Amino acid sequence: MTVQIKPILSALRRHKAGTFLIAMQIALTLAIVCNALFIIQQRLAHLSEPTGLDEPNIFVVQNEWVGQATAEQVDAKMREDISVLRALPGVQDATPSNSYPLRGGGWDDGIKLKPEQLQDTSGAAIYFGDDHFIDTLGIKLVAGRNFRSEEITSMNVRDRLSPPVVIVTKALANKLFPSGDAVGKTIYLVGGPTTIIGVVELLQSQSVDRWAAGFAYRSVIVPKRLAISLGGWYIVRARPGQLDAAMRAAPKALFEHNPRRVINDEDGILSFSQVRSRAYERDRGMAILMGVICVVLLAITAAGIVGLTSFWVGQRRKQIGVRRALGATRQDILHYFMTENFLISCGGVVVGTLLAVAINLWLVTRFEMHRLSLVYVLAGVVILLLLGQGAVLAPAMRASRVPPVEATRSV
Amino acid sequence: MSGMFVHNLRLGTNSLRRNPLLTALMIMSIGFGVAASMVTYAVFRAVSGDPIPQKSAQLFAPQIDNRGPQYNREGEPPDALNYTDAMALMRAHKATRQTLLFQVGLSVTPDDAHRMPFKALGYATYGDFFPMFDVPFQYGDGWGAEQDQGREPVVVISRALNQKLFGGENSVGRRLMLEDRQYRIVGVTENWDPKPRFFDMFSGNAYADPPQVYIPFTYAIDQRIDTYGNNNCGSDGKRGNDFDSWLRGECVWISPWVELNTADQVQAFRQFLDGYAEEQRKAGRFNWAPNNRLRDVHAWLDHEHAVPPESRISLSLALGFLLICLVNTIGLLLAKFMRRAPEIGVRRALGASRADIYRQFLAEAAMVGLAGGVLGLVLTGAGMFGVGLVFEPQIARLAHLDISLVALTLLLAIAATVLAAFYPTWRAAQVQPAWQLKSN
Repeated sequence: MTVQIKPILSALRRHKAGTFLIAMQIALTLAIVCNALFIIQQRLAHLSEPTGLDEPNIFVVQNEWVGQATAEQVDAKMREDISVLRALPGVQDATPSNSYPLRGGGWDDGIKLKPEQLQDTSGAAIYFGDDHFIDTLGIKLVAGRNFRSEEITSMNVRDRLSPPVVIVTKALANKLFPSGDAVGKTIYLVGGPTTIIGVVELLQSQSVDRWAAGFAYRSVIVPKRLAISLGGWYIVRARPGQLDAAMRAAPKALFEHNPRRVINDEDGILSFSQVRSRAYERDRGMAILMGVICVVLLAITAAGIVGLTSFWVGQRRKQIGVRRALGATRQDILHYFMTENFLISCGGVVVGTLLAVAINLWLVTRFEMHRLSLVYVLAGVVILLLLGQGAVLAPAMRASRVPPVEATRSV
Repeated sequence: MSGMFVHNLRLGTNSLRRNPLLTALMIMSIGFGVAASMVTYAVFRAVSGDPIPQKSAQLFAPQIDNRGPQYNREGEPPDALNYTDAMALMRAHKATRQTLLFQVGLSVTPDDAHRMPFKALGYATYGDFFPMFDVPFQYGDGWGAEQDQGREPVVVISRALNQKLFGGENSVGRRLMLEDRQYRIVGVTENWDPKPRFFDMFSGNAYADPPQVYIPFTYAIDQRIDTYGNNNCGSDGKRGNDFDSWLRGECVWISPWVELNTADQVQAFRQFLDGYAEEQRKAGRFNWAPNNRLRDVHAWLDHEHAVPPESRISLSLALGFLLICLVNTIGLLLAKFMRRAPEIGVRRALGASRADIYRQFLAEAAMVGLAGGVLGLVLTGAGMFGVGLVFEPQIARLAHLDISLVALTLLLAIAATVLAAFYPTWRAAQVQPAWQLKSN
């Protein structure tokens, strides 16, 4: 069972090129595989972040008006639409808004603690919503109170944003008031002071792209309907199990009520699962690509090891025969080749670890990615060592079956 | 010489048949490596191309810092202009051609009352837009300075919209209802959709669907048509409380473009921008030194990060992948060639020179490369269908397999394999004739 390492090393010295090539291949594969695994993990973590919403039951309608109208006219039409939607049998609640989590765009603004402050204390996503906003989205109020219906007013998109009261997310409340007593406090929006009356547990920003990362989960809900002549969004929460029916009924009812509108066939109505899959297209795509590259890469490296080891076995049939004739067992031969591969792999893995860190540093500086965690390097090392042993098994078995009589044959 | 080449190729083909397993491994290795590189390259090529090659060095996006060092990001002025500065630029008229633009989304009401209204996206801009960006026309033409100054309701529509509304007929002179206002059609563009859409990076429309309508900027402002694109107010609070005060305020939402044909013109325009900012400082509007930019199309696309990082990362990783496949091929070729040491010895003893061995083995490698390239092509073709899984549809549909990509795939496969074959071939050529004969 004891395998001598010395003779293996001296044999390898006679196959410098082959040894070097296998080690190189293992090193490069390790470098790429652990970075790819890391990217996969990062992207998957990103796309499984919660929005805080009752996603399975929510859909959104993008409603655009035909013809220009004053803010008052638009507001009246919008309120009618919301009553139409709330009256549908499959609908639990509905609210008009300027955006919704994961939409990809919307209103973000700076929040200050003092009016004379130059720099913002935090950025925040601004959601327009009425007293049904919290119930429609299915988010949880953890402190203070909801808006009262008489607090809801309408505003034009180019008007100054100065609501008397707001509700903020816990993430924003903690940033602004770390001691946890945000309710009742005054903060400054661009249009002036406002009082926090409530705190909700979780409400994600309108975008998960990098530009919005600075204010992720820091959202403000203002008690306003944004009346834009262009149109806006209706967020609708269906009764459990009635999402599809409500999604079909909603546009029909809206058009029956007022046909002078456009709801795009393609993306005018989206269930929240569609919203989610659109928002994370790039992340999912990168994860798939990295996965495919990993699998193919490992397969090619394994094939390379099989190929070169088979060649070595073929070259050394005579030596193997001699060793067998001198009393080496099949086990000894098998172990010899397995150990040889293990030694080469170890060399490759050491170089590969350095390479992996180098590639990661390059990605960090070039693409603002995170630092590679050592767990992924370790995982890569284990995968490649196992892969090497697995790949060498077949040729090594063939070697172990070389009969001792081979020693007497020439070439 | 050419007869020798054919002979070498035949030797190569025969030898490839002798070790089908090793040969298959090599071909697969090259095929996968080349395909991964080509698919990611096709996407990269699509997103990093020059959208307007004939003029990209003459078109510039001016930027003026109306925020000041306290508010701008890393010293960079905003990526668009506010209405005041945009108007000043147009009034100064310092460039060969100049235009402003912002995105509009207008409801189209078809004449046929049975057809539903729909939304058409496009731009409010100046007449210079069309000659500046070399917009091709199917019918009619763009509008001129007269219509800009007269603030007239004219419209240019795309070929696709013309098809949808008028069945593709020449619709110049006909009327079109947009947001319940009547416009006169003056031109129908050909299918025109530069990618990335360099002139509207500000609103994130680099890879959006092609624009369908263009209306005069001046008329749009008169009618208070609001932007469908981005509006960035920064954080200094100088915003109005209605449309008109918003227009006079410091929110930026207008993309300006100028055409400058000589270096002197560019220099003069830079001086104009700085002079304007200095004027504004004296007038008390800016209290900071002029901080302007004048970027041409390439510099602008770079600044706006037109190439998604995903595309660069996947291209780099695919190249790393190809490198591994090549290392693999070197190893397999080495195994394959050295297995034939006895044969080489015999050939050398019979008078073959080292150069002959080189030629024979490199030709054999080229055969492997060609076969790998063909497999790579098939895989690239398959990969093109898979691109949609990895990139967003707007970007995925830009990648396509064309003649140049096919040629590049084959060339890359052969060149890479021959390169990989140099070391194994050198080893093969070192085989001594005498030693081999003795051993036999």
